[in-house]
Amino acid sequence: MEEANVHDEGCRSAERRLSTLGRHLSGQSPSSAASRASLMASENPNGAIAPSPTAGFYGGSVFAHVVKAPEDPILGVTVAYNKDPSPVKVNLGVGAYRTEEGKPLVLNVVRRAEQMLVNDPSRVKEYLPITGLADFNKLSAKLIFGSDSPAIQENRVATVQCLSGTGSLRVGSEFLARHYSERTIYIPQPTWGNHPKVFTLAGLSVKTYRYYDPATRGLNFQGLLEDLSSAPSGAIVLLHACAHNPTGVDPTLDQWEQIRQLMRSKGLLPFFDSAYQGFASGSLDADAQSVRIFVADGGECLTAQSYAKNMGLYGERVGALSIVCSSADVAVRVESQLKLVIRPMYSNPPIHGASIVATILKDRALFHEWTIELKAMADRIISMRQLLFDALRARGTPGDWSHIIKQIGMFTFTGLNREQVAFMTQEYHIYMTSDGRISMAGLSSKTVPHLADAIHAAVTRMS
Amino acid sequence: MASSVAPLALSASAAAIRENPKRIGVGKRGGNLFFKGKAFGRVSLAVAVNVSRFESVTMAPPDPILGVSEAFKADTSDVKLNLGVGAYRTEELQPYVLNVVRKAENLMLERGENKEYLPIEGLAAFNKVTADLLFGANNPVIQQGRVATVQSLSGTGSLRLAAAFIQRYFPDAKVLISSPTWGNHKNIFNDARVPWSEYRYYDPRTVGLDFDGMLADIKAAPDGSFVLLHGCAHNPTGIDPTPEQWNKIADVIQEKNHIPFFDVAYQGFASGSLDTDAYSVRLFVERGLELLVAQSYSKNLGLYAERIGAINVVCSSSDAAARVKSQLKRLARPMYSNPPVHGARIVANVVGDPTLFNEWKQEMELMAGRIKNVRQRLFDYLSQKDKSGKDWSFILKQIGMFSFTGLNKAQSDHMTNKWRVYMTKDGRISLAGLSLSNCEYLADAIMDSFHNVS
Repeated sequence: MEEANVHDEGCRSAERRLSTLGRHLSGQSPSSAASRASLMASENPNGAIAPSPTAGFYGGSVFAHVVKAPEDPILGVTVAYNKDPSPVKVNLGVGAYRTEEGKPLVLNVVRRAEQMLVNDPSRVKEYLPITGLADFNKLSAKLIFGSDSPAIQENRVATVQCLSGTGSLRVGSEFLARHYSERTIYIPQPTWGNHPKVFTLAGLSVKTYRYYDPATRGLNFQGLLEDLSSAPSGAIVLLHACAHNPTGVDPTLDQWEQIRQLMRSKGLLPFFDSAYQGFASGSLDADAQSVRIFVADGGECLTAQSYAKNMGLYGERVGALSIVCSSADVAVRVESQLKLVIRPMYSNPPIHGASIVATILKDRALFHEWTIELKAMADRIISMRQLLFDALRARGTPGDWSHIIKQIGMFTFTGLNREQVAFMTQEYHIYMTSDGRISMAGLSSKTVPHLADAIHAAVTRMS
Repeated sequence: MASSVAPLALSASAAAIRENPKRIGVGKRGGNLFFKGKAFGRVSLAVAVNVSRFESVTMAPPDPILGVSEAFKADTSDVKLNLGVGAYRTEELQPYVLNVVRKAENLMLERGENKEYLPIEGLAAFNKVTADLLFGANNPVIQQGRVATVQSLSGTGSLRLAAAFIQRYFPDAKVLISSPTWGNHKNIFNDARVPWSEYRYYDPRTVGLDFDGMLADIKAAPDGSFVLLHGCAHNPTGIDPTPEQWNKIADVIQEKNHIPFFDVAYQGFASGSLDTDAYSVRLFVERGLELLVAQSYSKNLGLYAERIGAINVVCSSSDAAARVKSQLKRLARPMYSNPPVHGARIVANVVGDPTLFNEWKQEMELMAGRIKNVRQRLFDYLSQKDKSGKDWSFILKQIGMFSFTGLNKAQSDHMTNKWRVYMTKDGRISLAGLSLSNCEYLADAIMDSFHNVS
């Protein structure tokens, strides 16, 4: 064999590894792979075990007990979509904006900002501070809290640049797990699939509060109030600032005010996930109202901000974590501790996306253009909602589909069940998550009819 | 609005404090502030508004490495040297963006690529060229699909992802790290909850490698430990094992069924040659060992702020590699979902294009060459000026961006306080931040601190 030498060495070490593996696993219940491996070792005490490529679990590997993880449920939808050769396939899985032509979009202001950055000979690639690009942080805080926010003016906000929404949530929850007295976070039922994993790995324990009402396909406000009322004082509560993912169901401003009063009276700590500011209604200020009424009452909160959708910077991983504290002194200390969370995770954040954001936010003309492009994206999604609703009505599809136009943001929680979803994928090549969530951003006027047909078929043929 | 809201917040907080003072972090600061008898009535209302849930959070100390640059910036002296963080500087002490990087970025701009999410494991083209660069494209482990490569946030991110993997799949194992090692290694393993212990490495008497101590400590560790090895240009000492020593280290590791865990942050930057600097990793791979390699492009491509690197796991089969990769993805998703695209594209464009790749090699030789020149000049001044007979040749023997001067903490402080030379307290200086014209000044500072401070 060509690779004989590699194999000989591999065999001897494989033998040793198997016996070590066996020792490691004694006293634990072995995975089937590992028990097979140790069986092999005992059956062949003198024989060599070749770690050939086809040996798989039986090869002498220290990783024999590592099983294949399933594909991420959300990102896995795109993987499946890409494999499908059908010409009528539609990807309504991951929340990434698509144009009417079904193409990804890079905003004009982003291209312009990028041009400016790349063509500037004085720009360097030195490490950012652990907390990230200072300009970006200040501008991000202003964007979400409002430039006239007393919390900002009083220097009570600690803002650190993080890796988009996920990174901000992870850093924030690691901080809370270390420094906050309560280790439980309440998340809405349902919520983005990655939320519980982020919080659990950060060291928090996760509980849920009622949120979506399948009967109305709207908000279960009573249930929400009851569950938050019975939460222990001081518990952390995850709130979607706007455009709830996956349901698209948001509280009204009145309901937000009631939530705020309840939470403040119980000393519950708000942790906002703001991934769609400006993208939901088309207005940056309107989409920030929930966060701002909390900050206005002088209380503390955390906010995870993402520019993935509203600036189309998905792959650049740009976001920010802000912690609004009751005093500037606390904010300074909090920031110093956030650095201790970040440094052993990735040292300091990536510069490119944050520089693009800062360039746009600080320039009046670019900022204004951005608001126009943002509104165009939001408007296209709103029009898709109307189109789909009209198409279902035209087909006489049984059921009340008005939630499609009542819900807001990138996603619609259709109310379809797993079987119906599987049917739609199988028969109509519609790719979506099994919870019935569709990304409106992935629809166009050309594909709406096909989707309406699929939903109609699913509802009438299966229940 | 505010006035109607405030009483609610106040009474709630005040009530909460009275019920349960510890909860609201009365803690260390101010002790029983809220229970000082006669002040209580007056104080509770005023303080309640300002009571933070984070009141007991203490001020963290500045990062020992990154904090040096902060202190340097704050220093207003005319003459000051920043020899703290390992970031390459030109002879004019300016940061350096490589020409190939500028070219790649312009190409990317022209192409007008989109900014869609990368897969969790990163840019496929990046992962491919990165594994090829490290192991050699013709390496059997690559041909056989036995390497799991996941794009990560530079060296730190790669180490952290690997640490999380070790914690989950090897919960009883510990990591052996060199004494000394890069300051952030311990933090990474602590935060990932992976136990670690040290193996002897630096010998202050010789300002060289304590090879016997290193082997003994690696032998003494429990079988199946992870051994963190610096692939080349050891940080902070600059002291690397010789090829013969690497072979002996591999012997001991094989005997003990340890798992080598390489930190490769300087491939090409140490000697100037990518292949030479990959010698240790490739030797271990040739031995048939399964191993991990955390890789960074911060220094060799000057992409510091783009946070671009990879974790590579060499497995004994392609099936194992696929399984390992899937689990690394499962750990990355709740940390940051997917890695940043910009730096990955730059690397893929440079390393994947023969013309740019050759240009890169030349730029890298220049960078490594400048550092060797600076070492030589510093050594020359020290040997000329120092009449004590102290042997300064370790400066020439050490390799890479850093030199371990042998100065202790007090002496290092003296370097900063008197001479305005900013460096880390362990006696490490970054030669990348030294210009030929500053070598004499630095030599004077080192001699003064070494001989006159204890």
